[in-house]
Amino acid sequence: MDTAFSAAISIAFHGTAFAMVLYLVSVGLSVTMGLMGFVNLAHGVFAVAGGYFMTTLMMQGGVSFYAAVPLAMIAVAALAVPLERFLYRPLYGADELDQVLMTMGLVFMSVAIGKYFWGPTAEPFYPPAALSGQFDFGTRSFPAYRSFLIGAGAVLVTLLWLGLERTRFGAQIRAAVDNRRMAQSVGINTSGLFMLAFALGSALAALGGALGAEILAIDPGYALEHLVYFLIVVAVGGLGTIRGPFVAAMLLGISDTAFKYLLPEFGAFFIYALTMAVLLWKPRGLFGHA
Amino acid sequence: MTQDLDSRAVAFFVRRHRLRPVELVPWVLAVGAFFVFPDYLALGAQVLATILFGLSVDLVLGYAGIVTLGHAAFFGMGAYTAGYLAAHGMGAPVLGLIAAMAMAALVGCLSGLVILRAQGLSILMLTLVVCVMLQEAANKLTSITGGADGLQGMEVSPVLGLFHFDLYGKTAYCYALVVLFFGWAVARTLVHSPFGRSLTGIRENVARMHAIGTPVFFRLVTIYTISAAMAGAAGALIAETTQLVALNALSIDLSGLILVMVIFGGVGRLYGAFVGVPLYMIAQDRFSEIDPTYWYFWIGLLLVLVVMFARGGILGLCAALIRRFEQRRRR
Repeated sequence: MDTAFSAAISIAFHGTAFAMVLYLVSVGLSVTMGLMGFVNLAHGVFAVAGGYFMTTLMMQGGVSFYAAVPLAMIAVAALAVPLERFLYRPLYGADELDQVLMTMGLVFMSVAIGKYFWGPTAEPFYPPAALSGQFDFGTRSFPAYRSFLIGAGAVLVTLLWLGLERTRFGAQIRAAVDNRRMAQSVGINTSGLFMLAFALGSALAALGGALGAEILAIDPGYALEHLVYFLIVVAVGGLGTIRGPFVAAMLLGISDTAFKYLLPEFGAFFIYALTMAVLLWKPRGLFGHA
Repeated sequence: MTQDLDSRAVAFFVRRHRLRPVELVPWVLAVGAFFVFPDYLALGAQVLATILFGLSVDLVLGYAGIVTLGHAAFFGMGAYTAGYLAAHGMGAPVLGLIAAMAMAALVGCLSGLVILRAQGLSILMLTLVVCVMLQEAANKLTSITGGADGLQGMEVSPVLGLFHFDLYGKTAYCYALVVLFFGWAVARTLVHSPFGRSLTGIRENVARMHAIGTPVFFRLVTIYTISAAMAGAAGALIAETTQLVALNALSIDLSGLILVMVIFGGVGRLYGAFVGVPLYMIAQDRFSEIDPTYWYFWIGLLLVLVVMFARGGILGLCAALIRRFEQRRRR
């Protein structure tokens, strides 16, 4: 009985940590896809770029972890703005196929760029001393870094929720997701909004990639390997929301960990079957707009 | 004047499905290549099989307008079926080919019945999920598929009991060429048939096709099944000619790459795969000798450029050039 209980705790803990990484990477994708109706397969590129910037700053620049993460976010956001302006914007409202192909091209390029600058192997990641080892929570102890990941994730989820529900910018985003033309006609600068949302979503992805480097290793194939999981989070959660991807990431993170722990012989098979079932039941995702 | 226009329209429709001489060019080139490049026939056989795969993608993507990121599911299904049979004493290539097509068609029909009800992003996701699901199944069913090590011990017997697979790939090349020719004949007949025209109608305007009473869903499932069978045949060809099946036959990388090759050639033109696949594969063969690291970069860059500036692919560019030339001549 006790072993079953501790297994359940362990699955919940590691599953939640994984879910936080998935959420951080995917939430920006959900918002931008909901805003622009743009099928973006290249979102993982921003996550892996964040991871690469962080590890390089830490290893070669000697920058501390706490400074490297925000710097990586800023760098990725700065990278995202020209990409949005020159590559994404011409394809808003274009054929789905064109969007798929253009972003797939970006993914391919990221694979080669990653390999060229950082080599084919995964980047080593050492959490700062304060966050390595174990945290003791009275009766049991947990890996410190993953506890930090869950805590940081929870804070960011709250901040995002408050930002979207309580600020002017959040209200504008919600308006534009619900009805872009109406939002435009009441004077919201939607193209500026898109650019800002895109930069913000990319910065969040960079954050997810950087913080999650311990779980999803930073290697050249990152954007391609984990694409399916990011897309599952977005499609199951529903486009244009921040609550949907959270629920979907939790479901995916915990059930993925559980299946891999309890039924390793089936691998991710059940996850995909579950995704299919949800998408057939609710094609727009669990929290998608009708 | 109107009569002139009418008769011109009639003439156009009568002429449209006739075989034009230019359509024979790929076959002349393919037969010519057999004699001119005897050292490259093994690669040639793979190119021909991949063209068949590309043709199957063009049918669903270019004609029916289904954006799929999971067509490798059917390719891999065919490859594994043929491979499994060959590894268990049933190495007759044509038998393997037929079984592969049947299995791929079965998977295509079943998954089509389920996923083709969806639209837009969810259809894209569902095709992707079917593909990764099959890959994961193949990865875990090690007793059947060999898992991550790939299928071991394929023994392919001579084609029709007559033609042994040789080291130079002569038999493989001819075999692939014959199968591709059949595939092309079927695809060409299909797209010019009323059925094929209705697919184009569905791509262009679903609502209108519903309104005039076309059984849209049934048509989509039908073409999806046919295309899956064709992809399965391509998979079987590759498996039998290389005597090798591995997990990447079911990967989304492959699904993406075949899409890329067809796009480079030009989608919805039936010959996009005939142009895009050989160019891609020959270029890859050349460049990866120099530096395989950069290959993905150039492909990615080219893909972005094609989407931004040349949406019709190479054939689209050619058509635009010919149109401009004719306009100038008329003036």
